[in-house]
Amino acid sequence: MGYKTIIEDDIDILVAGAGLGGTGAAFEARYWGKNKKIVIAEKANIDRSGAVAQGLYAINCYMGTRFGENNPEDHVRYARMDLMGMVREDLAFDMARHVDSTVHQFEEWGLPLMRNPKTGAYMREGRWQIMIHGESYKPIVAEAAKKSADKVFNRICVTHLLMDDSRENRVAGAVGFNVRTGNYHVFKSKTVICGAGGASNIFKPRSVGEGAGRVWYAPWSSGSAYGLMIEAGAKMTQMENRIVLARFKDGYGPVGAYFLHLKTYTQNGLGEEYESKWFPALTEMVGKEYLDTEGQHLSHKPIPTCLRNHAFISEVNAGRGPIHMVTMEAFQDPHLEEIGWHNFLGMTVGQAVLWASTDVDPKYENPELTTSEPYVMGSHATGCGAWCSGPEDVSPPEYYWGYNRMTTVEGLFGAGDAVGGTPHAFSSGSFTEGRLAAKAACKYIDDGKGEGIVVSDKQIADLREKIYKPLETYKVYSNEVVAGSVNPNFINPRQGLDRLQKLMDEYCGGFGVNYMTNEKLLQIGLRKLKMLDEDMAKIAASDIHELLRAWELHHRVRTSESVFQHTLFRKETRWPGYYYRGDAMKLDDENWHVLTVSHRDRKTGEYTMEKAPLYHLVADE
Amino acid sequence: MPTFVYMTRCDGCGQCVDICPSDIMHIDKTLRRAYNIEPNMCWECYSCVKACPHHAIDVRGYADFAPLGHSVRVHRDEEKGTIAWRIKFRNGKKDMELLAPITTKPWGTAIPKLADQPAPSQAVRDSELLFNEPKYIRLDDGNLHTLKSAGLKLKAGVYY
Repeated sequence: MGYKTIIEDDIDILVAGAGLGGTGAAFEARYWGKNKKIVIAEKANIDRSGAVAQGLYAINCYMGTRFGENNPEDHVRYARMDLMGMVREDLAFDMARHVDSTVHQFEEWGLPLMRNPKTGAYMREGRWQIMIHGESYKPIVAEAAKKSADKVFNRICVTHLLMDDSRENRVAGAVGFNVRTGNYHVFKSKTVICGAGGASNIFKPRSVGEGAGRVWYAPWSSGSAYGLMIEAGAKMTQMENRIVLARFKDGYGPVGAYFLHLKTYTQNGLGEEYESKWFPALTEMVGKEYLDTEGQHLSHKPIPTCLRNHAFISEVNAGRGPIHMVTMEAFQDPHLEEIGWHNFLGMTVGQAVLWASTDVDPKYENPELTTSEPYVMGSHATGCGAWCSGPEDVSPPEYYWGYNRMTTVEGLFGAGDAVGGTPHAFSSGSFTEGRLAAKAACKYIDDGKGEGIVVSDKQIADLREKIYKPLETYKVYSNEVVAGSVNPNFINPRQGLDRLQKLMDEYCGGFGVNYMTNEKLLQIGLRKLKMLDEDMAKIAASDIHELLRAWELHHRVRTSESVFQHTLFRKETRWPGYYYRGDAMKLDDENWHVLTVSHRDRKTGEYTMEKAPLYHLVADE
Repeated sequence: MPTFVYMTRCDGCGQCVDICPSDIMHIDKTLRRAYNIEPNMCWECYSCVKACPHHAIDVRGYADFAPLGHSVRVHRDEEKGTIAWRIKFRNGKKDMELLAPITTKPWGTAIPKLADQPAPSQAVRDSELLFNEPKYIRLDDGNLHTLKSAGLKLKAGVYY
């Protein structure tokens, strides 16, 4: 094949994936590493890549300590409550204590943050959310990253991390291919900050056919954060903690501003409030510590996201759907009506298109809601990701191994979806994590930890062969049949994706089985996934674009395997409304008040699972 | 709602190809114009619609749930720093125009080049502070929060 091998050598910091986490890393790295070589490799174009490509209408993580609103520890307690206790509180505290400095810089850079005309503080949507005109959020942070980086390689699909051949368990860069030219790119680097994304499209989506792209998280979020890091041998945590979203039906338009700012509310098909009647039974399942409706009322603590989902799902199953968002009251106010529409145009235009196409005017009709298919990511109300070191001044010994946000692979750092146990970071928190990782990576290099890395020609050649194999497979076998996509020797990426989505849905708790699974189902699913994994060696790509899809699927399969292993390991139902273990329908604090940590052996592919202690912030008396 | 391209407006400039986050806007080799090669991987993010200098790209709601006859058009203007939307319903009863700012500063001018900033001291390197901190945390003289300053500790076990 005539593709060139292009080697970029002597990189100090390679940012693999430049969404909000990666742009934060590239930006900050320059301050601590004036003379360091900082390079970005991004699958798309950094001006519009990652989950924020479309824009955002809110920044969902801002403390507002400056305005006397919240302190970092308040946010940690909130995240702990929302995630049923399962948070890396050292990382969460660290993110929260820095996030405001990130947001204040965004405002200085020109991101339009709305202000409350009465108080002068930022316009609050909820306790943690501030409202922005964020259509250009991504181009603005991309500009900051570009000003810091030595080189930006757009359209490079990073497929694998390079490993040091002279020393076990040390990263040495990454490889991938250019999705335009097809050329093979090798990045030799002392450190890698993985800013790649979480995973949409691994569970069968509710939409069919053309609408399959209308997923909640971006369709280009291919689980590459997990695929890359797992294959490098990094330990992962909380991968069972997939998230299900209650959103406007079909368009998956966001509900945050509607609930919090517009004060809209939900009701069942009979026009009744339905949530509270499910709470007594739910309290039985999860315990009073997690849902105490009496106490909740007094304390005004919000109900955890998963438990609200549970009420939604149960009500629909009881035959009293659809669940409606009551917008007709709020939308009588023209100002609120405008905000309702702007909210979609700023971050989910598709919902506006859907309402326009179905003549749903929320001023005169209450729109339907739905619960989505599950997603695997680490920056919304869920905390999947790599097991990373925390900061020196906060973390207990089990959570600390020298460099903030470094995974268990030396020199490999994470930011955003890549970091596990840090839910509720959202855009601003992900950027902040990138900044933290960048400073730590500079320190790692200054401490001499990246010296003497050896990358053999063999490693580079082997990966090259692997990457282009789907093109080769296509060339060899496609002419064996007359025409069409049916071939006994290979599957194409779409066929593989369909198979993955079907088995994840049916065996791992997708919407098609009401988010239910159990040990037997998980074991069958794992067996089927193993066969899909074997067939991945026979995947075929007819062109470079399909090659991109083939490698995205590879990362999705690797992510799914981890989700299966973690879900199998945690024998309890920790998050009813996200998923249910039918063979262990209760929350079990006695055995499972722990974080789950997995390790996949790089050579054998064998998984080992362990429990890690959960530390909580408490008053130091 | 996948994108599509009007034949008579597209001149094949490729700006949509350059920006599409999903790599699905490609140039047709025969017609030398852009088109959406994979509608079921389109997030209707409008990145290409906004980038097209000829307004040649539009969106038709996903066929599996969106009936025909609607329109959501956009014009993004970096010079003015605004984005303008027009939403038209299928039944023609609603026709809305909405305008929002996209930046408060002339494009790209307000972002510092960190290479030009004075180098941080060793003490700051050894601290937990990031660029512009502690100043930017609260825009006052306060310092970074620590467990000590917040009167907290991390304790293993079951606590709520």
